[in-house]
Amino acid sequence: MAKFQSLHDAVRDNLRDGDTAAFEGFTHLIPHAAAHEAIRQGRRDLTLIRMTPDIIYDQMIGMGLVRKVVFSYAGNPGVGLLRRMRDAIENGWPRSIETVEHSHAAMANAYEAGAAGLPCAVFRGYRGAGLKDVNPEIRSVSCPFTGEELAAVPAHRPDVAFIHAQKASRRGDVLIEGIIGVQKEAVLASRRAVVTVEEIVEDFDDLHPNLCVLPHWTVTSIAHVPGGAHPSYTHGYYDRDNAAYLEWDKVSADRDLFMQWMKANVLEAGPEAFAERVKGL
Amino acid sequence: MATNTEFTPGEMMTIAASRALSNDDVCFVGIGAPSAACNVARLTHAPDITLIYESGTIGTAPEVLPLSIGDGELCETALTTVSVPEMFRYWLQGGRISVGFLGAAQLDRFGNINTTVIGDYHKPKVRLPGGGGAPEIATSCGQVFITMKQATRGMVDKIDFYTSFGHGDGGDHRRRLGIATKGPTLLITDLAIWKPDPETKEFTVVSLHPGVTREHVQDTCGWKVRFSDQLEETPPPSELELSTLRELQARTERAHGGRKGS
Repeated sequence: MAKFQSLHDAVRDNLRDGDTAAFEGFTHLIPHAAAHEAIRQGRRDLTLIRMTPDIIYDQMIGMGLVRKVVFSYAGNPGVGLLRRMRDAIENGWPRSIETVEHSHAAMANAYEAGAAGLPCAVFRGYRGAGLKDVNPEIRSVSCPFTGEELAAVPAHRPDVAFIHAQKASRRGDVLIEGIIGVQKEAVLASRRAVVTVEEIVEDFDDLHPNLCVLPHWTVTSIAHVPGGAHPSYTHGYYDRDNAAYLEWDKVSADRDLFMQWMKANVLEAGPEAFAERVKGL
Repeated sequence: MATNTEFTPGEMMTIAASRALSNDDVCFVGIGAPSAACNVARLTHAPDITLIYESGTIGTAPEVLPLSIGDGELCETALTTVSVPEMFRYWLQGGRISVGFLGAAQLDRFGNINTTVIGDYHKPKVRLPGGGGAPEIATSCGQVFITMKQATRGMVDKIDFYTSFGHGDGGDHRRRLGIATKGPTLLITDLAIWKPDPETKEFTVVSLHPGVTREHVQDTCGWKVRFSDQLEETPPPSELELSTLRELQARTERAHGGRKGS
């Protein structure tokens, strides 16, 4: 049953050292505020799952929270590479990290299998691809009916999922609109789910019947954090802050500059700063 | 049709790529040069083309080019937006996509693409972003078009990692792996149009862009280039093609505050 909490309390109660966590969002609705709260609380040895690790995983890796990353595309969207993640992989700074790499199709299927309560996902994929030679979790099965060889990967079953959404009702039901990515699957695959929202409304009585809604009993904790996806965007609320993505390329290029930026904008800031950041976007 | 003699190699590449798409295509659009080409096609000769981005947007018609694969513009102008698992399972794996349009960091003569690492996978010199949707786009779309600017660093004799499979070692390698789709059928660079040899599947230059020499193509390519016996010259951009591309880029720059978009 969804509990309304401050973001501080929601992260404290739901993210533990050593957890496997998925902060999901496919370019849209990326849970920046929740990731920053995890950094402030200094969690350690996390395994992070995400299709598209971008700035937030770069920040969490650069701050030393992360032991392992499971991913399919690690880039600063529209800009280039993830410099903190590269520094960890190439130079072990601030610590070395383990990587488990998949394709998007595999990751999406693995979340869906997790949501469906299956141990693995089966799909037509990885044919001729080099990843299956470097990732021992990519295996194959034969279709028992046709004999076709298909790819198999283990289901994602995170300890906790963090997502950002447009609205929660007072009861704790959550509405996600626009590019919905894998958030529904990530929440249903996870033991616990924390959702930050732009707005809390009375009820969802007037909505179209086929919208993407997570019932309140699938969500552990809800925190009201307006602007909580910035510099990503929230469809219907504010646009993507493209300048911030470009700025990150410069900030993340230098270890000292990165640490200064994190101190000023994350360690010494709080979730309330996000509402200010999206003004005018 | 009026033509224009003042155009850049990059513009020629995008326009030549756009010409390869038809009104009936359902095209899975990669970010970067493919996205510009697909939208020029939509705004010129292929108004009914279905453009799909892996963020789940189906039938999208962006007014400006997206900076990322999941810009709001793609969703707002789409017929419908589905979840990412649905996109990869029903639409891509289900065989609904006629053309996958990819860019490449490293490419070999058989259309195999590397966007994963430069150097050894476990001790990379450069860790690139990775494959994203490409490994399955390369095998599930009816055919694959590739577009990239020529450079010896990018067009190499041997790629460091097989992110997505083209024709492997050539010949019938795809069939031997049980891949039923055609794979790379077209490579459009800033200098030339290439097609795979019907037997060996090695990319062969079939058309040089206006003013480009064979030497220039060879000097910017890391393998020994084969040229077709019936080598043609690519028609230069028409006024309509060029103005459509330039207006699209100008709108994009205005919308993104100086950023070019892709």
